[in-house]
Amino acid sequence: MMTGRRFSMSVRAAIAALALLSVLVAGCGYRQQTWQLANAHGLLPALQFTLTQSDGRTVRAQDFRGKTTVLFFGYTHCPDECPTTLATLARAIKSLGPDADRVRVLFVTVDPARDTSEAMMKYTRLFGPEFVGLRGDPQQLQLLTRRYRVSYGLGPPDASGDYEVTHSNAIFVFDGAGDAVLVGSEANGVQAFIHDLKQLLAA
Amino acid sequence: MQRMFALLMPWEFSPVVFAACVLAVTFYLRGVALLKRAGARTGRWRMFSFFLGLLLIYAVLQTYFDYLSQHMFWVHRLQHLVLHHLGPFLITIATPYEAIKTGFPRWQGRGGPIGILLGRIVAGTYATLQNVVVAPLLFVGLIFFWLTPSIHFYAMLSLPLYNAMNWSMALDGLLFWWFCLKPAPSGELPHPGYGVRVAILALIAFPQIVLGCYIFITPRSLYSIYALCGRAWEINPLLDQQIGGLIIWIPASMMSVIGAILALRLWMRDDENRHGGGRLALGIAAKHSSGT
Repeated sequence: MMTGRRFSMSVRAAIAALALLSVLVAGCGYRQQTWQLANAHGLLPALQFTLTQSDGRTVRAQDFRGKTTVLFFGYTHCPDECPTTLATLARAIKSLGPDADRVRVLFVTVDPARDTSEAMMKYTRLFGPEFVGLRGDPQQLQLLTRRYRVSYGLGPPDASGDYEVTHSNAIFVFDGAGDAVLVGSEANGVQAFIHDLKQLLAA
Repeated sequence: MQRMFALLMPWEFSPVVFAACVLAVTFYLRGVALLKRAGARTGRWRMFSFFLGLLLIYAVLQTYFDYLSQHMFWVHRLQHLVLHHLGPFLITIATPYEAIKTGFPRWQGRGGPIGILLGRIVAGTYATLQNVVVAPLLFVGLIFFWLTPSIHFYAMLSLPLYNAMNWSMALDGLLFWWFCLKPAPSGELPHPGYGVRVAILALIAFPQIVLGCYIFITPRSLYSIYALCGRAWEINPLLDQQIGGLIIWIPASMMSVIGAILALRLWMRDDENRHGGGRLALGIAAKHSSGT
């Protein structure tokens, strides 16, 4: 009798635990419905930084309020990932037509030693007027990378002084209020960015 | 030197982890001192095991190791091996409960109806979590839950979720190993029985082996978050995943074997104690007072 009761209590407790687990799982899956990129709403802190623009002006996140902001970390000597990612974003933004001006892409260099203001200016111009090159001192940069939990590292220099830089390939999207909305990467494809940016601008 | 110092500093300082560790050490040491004054010495190995377990947990959460865990799948698995298996295991076998309870500051009065209600809630939650079905299900369930690729993605992306994941692993680890390895109070029957504990330890190894094996042999990257947020250093993503799978597969399931051996030892001691007369009981008592 006693063992029977204890057993049925165990079963009930187990069912309750399973139900709780499935609610949690379902809750996490639900968010992904309407967006093609991963939904980051409420999961990442709002955009915040103090960095230097390629024209030498100090800018803060607040200066971009009102614009849909896309944040990406990279460096201008990057052989593949950065140019393909920025080109994907440029294609997506072009397809927005007149709405393109409501978007800003913040390209933050993780290699400020080599990426001078002039280099950043030249580089971002290749992709369009919506692209903003930003650099900061190591402390400003680290505040931002820590905030979005991304890593970067400089490899050992070769004979000619060149070095590889490892960095995240994440693309973070913020709404006009500076709140994090989406996270993705070039792997999501240009169509996903077009779809989600349009949806975000229509909201 | 400065670089060493930087490695030992927290990547993301957590006042809660810091306070929890400081309080645990304070209450423990105070309890050990009070018990010693009352004539019950705590053995050197038991103290060593307690501090090692706590230190390992602190180290994987509050040093540069935490940064590496955020940016490399296999280091993350190592972090969870410490949080869920090794650290709580070392703390549990030190049986610090008596010392911590003794060292805990006494409240004035009983706290009235709210205090009693809180006490009941804590006791009820504890009883539910230590249930023979719930405890192992929770132990294995948490591993599978946080390793579900879509959930893992968000757990590594969001700091609050990341903290929730690590806390759930450490707390559940303590509960589970205590469930498996707590000695029965003298003169009382062990609950759960030692046979049940050994069976549970064997049973929980299988899902971990299957999961570790699956992650090891899957020929595509399961966890995209590490590419997204960047790995700590250059490594083939599949190699990273394979080492992570191996850590779940082998050391994590090995802990079941070690746990089962210790549960069996408890069982034999208890049995001899109960049926074998006073000879062994005296032996244990002597051991206790000599502090081994």
